[in-house]
Amino acid sequence: MTTPWSGAALAEAIEAFAPGSTDKSHGGDVWLKPEAAFMVCEGLKSRPEFKFDLLSSVTAVDYIDHFEVVYHLTSLPKNASAVLKIRVGLGRTDAVVPSVVPIWRGADYQEREVWDLMGVRFKGHPNHKRIMLWEGFPGHPLRKDYVTYDQSIVASLAPDDGAYAAGSETAVELGTAGSQPAPGAGAEA
Amino acid sequence: MAIKTQPVTVNLGPQHPSTHGVFRLRVMFDGEEIVDVEPVFGYLHRGSEKLAEERTYTQIVTLTDRMDYVSPMLNNQAYMLAVEKLAGIEPTQRGVWLRMIAAELQRIASHLVATGFLLQDLGALGTPLIYAMRERENILDLFEMLCGARITNSYLRPGGVFMDAPTGFWLALDRELVDIVNTLDELEEYLSGNEIVFSRTKGTAVLAPELLINASITGPMLRASGVDWDLRHRNPYDYYDRIEFKRILHTASDNYARYWVRVQEARESVNIIRQCVAQIEPGPVRPSFDDVPRLIRPPKGDAYVAIEGSKGELGFYLVSDGGIAPYRMHVRAPSLINLTLLRDMLIGGLFGDLFVSFGSVDLNMGEVDR
Repeated sequence: MTTPWSGAALAEAIEAFAPGSTDKSHGGDVWLKPEAAFMVCEGLKSRPEFKFDLLSSVTAVDYIDHFEVVYHLTSLPKNASAVLKIRVGLGRTDAVVPSVVPIWRGADYQEREVWDLMGVRFKGHPNHKRIMLWEGFPGHPLRKDYVTYDQSIVASLAPDDGAYAAGSETAVELGTAGSQPAPGAGAEA
Repeated sequence: MAIKTQPVTVNLGPQHPSTHGVFRLRVMFDGEEIVDVEPVFGYLHRGSEKLAEERTYTQIVTLTDRMDYVSPMLNNQAYMLAVEKLAGIEPTQRGVWLRMIAAELQRIASHLVATGFLLQDLGALGTPLIYAMRERENILDLFEMLCGARITNSYLRPGGVFMDAPTGFWLALDRELVDIVNTLDELEEYLSGNEIVFSRTKGTAVLAPELLINASITGPMLRASGVDWDLRHRNPYDYYDRIEFKRILHTASDNYARYWVRVQEARESVNIIRQCVAQIEPGPVRPSFDDVPRLIRPPKGDAYVAIEGSKGELGFYLVSDGGIAPYRMHVRAPSLINLTLLRDMLIGGLFGDLFVSFGSVDLNMGEVDR
């Protein structure tokens, strides 16, 4: 069986080689400070006590007041797994994390996907372009305040501003056609 | 006299029969040689992850069918394991055995499709593909008996499957397992030792195991380079810890090795299904609605579960805010991530090997774009 690192043990082990790089730990997760993330990831890959040679997954979650980038790491030689999280874009400001492509090439397409659909930038990515949608697509669809095409039509049919007036072919830009209420109160991780 | 050549950029796809879906490769050729490759995808992007945020946990099963449409049962399985981990649902024994049988049948079907199309890409027009697809049809017939659908199965439910197998299923399965082995024998008899297959696939698109691991590539592609990494063995989910099976490894890491690993893995899946059939016992196929209600509300939190899909590590990351729909769903799609090394595989190679190397990745555009 793959042994998952507990958050507390992993945070302690990370602090041992990179003091002051973790924010907190809970359950199986460790929150890293964005500025220290690259150095920590390098250590997690190369140090003999971790040997996380395979980056399973990179994704991001929109928690309304901030974004969370989630990394799932696997170590083939040790058969262990770990979860790293980084909180960025507090108050929906510019969300930027360091790209880990120089460490794990497997992050290449995954980081591009996160940028495309969630709008989190990866500093240092060698090919920082959209991947699923085309360049020039307005907004990032997986954000909670993104207005989908049908919602924009409904908004354009509101009795006040004249029926069918503002229906556009593509998705309306962020916030122009009213915002979508977030489901639930936002999950606490 | 040296002939001066000029690089030419060619768009292969998106509507090209060899691209296994709608996929575009922008390739720069210098004569026959490939100088540069840029994959362009997204033509099949349907926003499944966004759609999932507006559906209940049981409704999302239908979305997973449409991701990797060559192995929907495996998608169902990965998704259900994630839901069960998130909501703390204990599956029933018979339900687990049934979904393992379905998943392994699906793995055979997927590997047959991969093998058939690889040979089609090699130029063996028709025959091997039809042999492989004929056998896949029989497997789809079994799925029809199980759940009424051939491709969009939606067979699994939280805690098991939605319906027990009909009585006729077990006899049909027994016959089919014999047929699968016969088809694989037949395919191998004239392919695994075939001189043309050898000369076209051996030594092409070789990738070092360290590079594959670094690029997060998993599944048959990784095992074809000699790395013993199969999640059914290294992190057994469902009842794979009660099953004994051989891990198929090859060391060449070329197109032939990837073809060979898939065929042998399909054989091993037959062995796994036989063990499942021997161990399955009567009982409920899913928990009662008192234990697991129709509308699940998992507690706040997140869960990531990965299984050994037909293409590699297939993972589902679910975040719950306590509501009836996931707050966020992310799919770790092996087809997308296995494309990471496409440039390394193709650049410096010849035009004739392009689609063979591409086919040996075994990707599914429904899963790449989601």
